[in-house]
Amino acid sequence: MSDFPTFFLRFLPDLLHGAGITILITAEGLVAGFILGLLTALARTYGDKFWRGLAVGYIEIFRGTPLLVQLFLIYYGLPGLGITLSRELSAFLALGLNSGAYQAEYLRGSLLAIGEGQMMAGRAIGLSRWKTVWHVILPQALRLAIPAWSNEPVSLLKSTAVVFLIAVPELMARAKSIAAKTYDPIASYLAVAIIYLAMVYLLDLVLRWMENNTRIPGFDMEGKKA
Amino acid sequence: MPETILEARNLTKVYGQNTIFKNINLKVKEGEAIVIIGPSGTGKSTLLRCMNLLTRADGGQILLDGEDITAKGYNEDKVRQHIGMVFQNFLLFNHLTALDNVMIGLTKVKKMPREQAIKKAMEELRRVGLLDRADHYPGQLSGGQQQRVAIARALAMDPRVMLFDEPTSALDPELIGEVLGVMEKLARDRMTMLVVTHEMGFAREVADRIVFMEKGSIVEEGSPDDLFYHPKNDRTREFLWKITELYGKKEKDKGGAA
Ligand SMILES: Nc1ncnc2c1ncn2[C@@H]1O[C@H](COP(=O)(O)OP(=O)(O)O)[C@@H](O)[C@H]1O
Ligand SMILES: [Mg+2]
Repeated sequence: MSDFPTFFLRFLPDLLHGAGITILITAEGLVAGFILGLLTALARTYGDKFWRGLAVGYIEIFRGTPLLVQLFLIYYGLPGLGITLSRELSAFLALGLNSGAYQAEYLRGSLLAIGEGQMMAGRAIGLSRWKTVWHVILPQALRLAIPAWSNEPVSLLKSTAVVFLIAVPELMARAKSIAAKTYDPIASYLAVAIIYLAMVYLLDLVLRWMENNTRIPGFDMEGKKA
Repeated sequence: MPETILEARNLTKVYGQNTIFKNINLKVKEGEAIVIIGPSGTGKSTLLRCMNLLTRADGGQILLDGEDITAKGYNEDKVRQHIGMVFQNFLLFNHLTALDNVMIGLTKVKKMPREQAIKKAMEELRRVGLLDRADHYPGQLSGGQQQRVAIARALAMDPRVMLFDEPTSALDPELIGEVLGVMEKLARDRMTMLVVTHEMGFAREVADRIVFMEKGSIVEEGSPDDLFYHPKNDRTREFLWKITELYGKKEKDKGGAA
């Protein structure tokens, strides 16, 4: 352990390369999950029976089963149905679908918190239902969602570690191969832990900045949600 | 004979097992200010919300300028821009400045060019005395100011008629006057108005006609003088007596505000 700094520096370039891939698949999953989650939350809150049912089904299935099971079903299961996807695409799909289910719940919570009143006020001046959602409800709901939603990027970043099991060469996969090569699992996984920590720390900074820069003057969401 | 702008014919509303009101008939003529009074829970808010189709009536018709807007397939969104509505709890769009609150209907519903919309919105803010608050968010305005912005927001659409649902009930007593002042001015300018309120002073001064509603039906209607000084119905008399007592006392306590 005494020469951990040397070890760390020696493998840093390789680990950073893996971290880059980790960040990339996190970002992809987050964006895909956001779009999917937003559509799902809207469907569940404002859709008719059919869309509500579809949204609930999707959310329940993907929050009710382990990410790893979803990943394996996509990567090893789908070929059985004649659909073979690359490792990267499988990882992207699993992370996006999984994250979308969680993000849908965060976003739905804030859509509901905005309340009926804003919808009524929008309709009263002649905005259609969907225009009111777009111009009135969403701008408020998205800001309101940030504090709770901020868990998701961090959680997703850490979840990406499972995709090394289908050999996507991300951070965790690098650590595993370094551990095998050097016979020093402690140092390898410790180095990886430090890099994950650093990434989470930076991510938190970005999220806090976002939260502070989207405040509506004079409007504290806790206090009044007319 | 002034034209009828808004009319309810045999209007009925049911929530589940509860009949909120039944066979309501009400005509609002051009330039007229009608005040609806009545105990709470009587269906006044529901009636107003039916009038601009925010809530579906279960029976009867609503006519705007003689056209049946409750007919199947009628474009609701189009109707609502012609019927302004002001709510008890203001319901300004919290993420928009006063100016943007007033403008949004112009740009997004009427598709007015931005420059023109700004001009028109500023004009409406001036009308309610809030030109200097144009760039304030609702959270930075007092209740009275918020309600005046809400009135400007509705006026900006150039509605045929304005509906007010207890516009001063959520306000601190010292802020009621500024909102009633704006409404009085509107009435003087012959804006067609249907107002639910407990402000008897306003009703007496401004209303052309007062409608007393109780338990889902119109008990009595007439000029302020008729209703206040010669009510035909005992229930009207009783209600007016109670409300004058209650609000008169409150006004005295607050040093005669409003
Ligand atoms: N969305 C609703 N669902 C069920 N009942 C309602 C709803 N809105 C109002 N009511 C009922 O209708 C009655 C009349 O309410 P409201 O129109 O608000 O009366 P008012 O404005 O005269 O106080 C009340 O008994 C109320 O509980
Ligand atoms: Mg009411």
